[in-house]
Amino acid sequence: MVNFGGWDMPLEYSGILAEHEAVRTRAGLFDVSHMGEIEIRGPGALGLVQLVSCNNAAKLALGQAHYSGLMTSRGTFVDDLLVHKISDTHYMLCVNAGNQDQDYQHIVEHNKFDAQVENAGPRYCQLAIQGPRAKDILQRLTPVALDSIRYYHFTFGKASGVDCLIARTGYTGEDGFEIYFAPEHAAKLWGDLMQAGGPAGMLPCGLGARNTLRLEAGMCLYGHEIDDTTTPWEAGLGWICKMEKAPFLGSDVLAQQKRDGLTRKLVGFEMLDKRIGRDGYPVLIGGKEVGRVTSGGPAPFLRKNIGMAYVPPEFSTVGMDIVIGIRGQGETARIVALPFYKRPQ
Amino acid sequence: MYPKDYRYTKEHEWIKVDGANGTIGVTHYAQHELGDVVFVEMPKVGAQLKARQSFGTIESVKAVSEIFSPVAGEVIETNPALADAPELINKDPHGGAWLIKVRLADRKEASALMDAAAYEAYIAGQAKEHSA
Repeated sequence: MVNFGGWDMPLEYSGILAEHEAVRTRAGLFDVSHMGEIEIRGPGALGLVQLVSCNNAAKLALGQAHYSGLMTSRGTFVDDLLVHKISDTHYMLCVNAGNQDQDYQHIVEHNKFDAQVENAGPRYCQLAIQGPRAKDILQRLTPVALDSIRYYHFTFGKASGVDCLIARTGYTGEDGFEIYFAPEHAAKLWGDLMQAGGPAGMLPCGLGARNTLRLEAGMCLYGHEIDDTTTPWEAGLGWICKMEKAPFLGSDVLAQQKRDGLTRKLVGFEMLDKRIGRDGYPVLIGGKEVGRVTSGGPAPFLRKNIGMAYVPPEFSTVGMDIVIGIRGQGETARIVALPFYKRPQ
Repeated sequence: MYPKDYRYTKEHEWIKVDGANGTIGVTHYAQHELGDVVFVEMPKVGAQLKARQSFGTIESVKAVSEIFSPVAGEVIETNPALADAPELINKDPHGGAWLIKVRLADRKEASALMDAAAYEAYIAGQAKEHSA
């Protein structure tokens, strides 16, 4: 067990490699109840969401969700999050556990829209069932036609008799669902899902596999690839930064940075030899440190050692070689396209 | 679990002394804490090790750990099986996954290390600290 954002969580159940493999080839079940939820209600809800986040929530349909950034006035990340549109006057944000309270404060501070903002984390537990068999396993417990929920959409319905918000979202690079429900049902839903998934080879998965899976899928982790010093442009997240809806917090700085150009960019790399470039290791060009590895480690499914790092733009081209400083020795890594892993369609 | 004829360090290495030579590996406790091992970095044959000197690293999926020599000596052999099958460390830490063999500088040095009973008491204390 490890402490993660104030939560005691298992790093692994049967082992990171076995759990990673299960999610890529069968299914895995994650207890992600640590994730925070913030609900915004009222006629001013959309205005508030639009001001504090960089994606365009006006484009969301009812029952649709998107990935976005909660922004500072400097155009950097307070957090990254999923925004769910429940109704025209009701949005549910899923945020990182460790940031929940500061996210809430930040949103309240900018609430000039008279919206109701609720720090709703304690009202929810969340389970993520992920992998190619996730849909079939969950379908055994719910009357909701899961095929009708498109990727990054959600619906309300019962699973195992429990009222849930069932979203086709995830943090693994696989198809799957994230299910939100009242905490008193957590043990029952976990037990019923494990029972339904056992014969299909589903494994319970911990934080270790959650990290290797998201890294292989090239997804950002707050505190690693993104934080309150990085902008969406630098992090390769321009696709969630919709300048046409400006002004929003930081949009002037982001417009300026787009005109001026970047001083660093997030890249993916593969180690060419067996040594592993890990979080925090320096990136060296001509023996001089030009950046740092943000996340690095084995990619169990790809059987490579991979990572992400910030480097100056002139060293960010796919195919270029960079050097990672590993315990005083330089090791060559090749810049590759992100994501490292994409599931077969 | 922990062979009676081995000696153990606080850093979770073991040594089995056989006359003038010693075989060195990491303990079951160490492999369990490391999780899935994916790469082992070994010293060269002929390297002179001091006691408590780092002689290599073990990389697991989640972390990298240094390995320290329990005693002084010269490396006379490294385990060739671990290059292609580092996961042996998880499966057979006290046997097939030995790391190196050394010619002992002092045959008696290892006897000052913990025996199996003392090591088991030591890791029981560590486990308590972890859960506290």
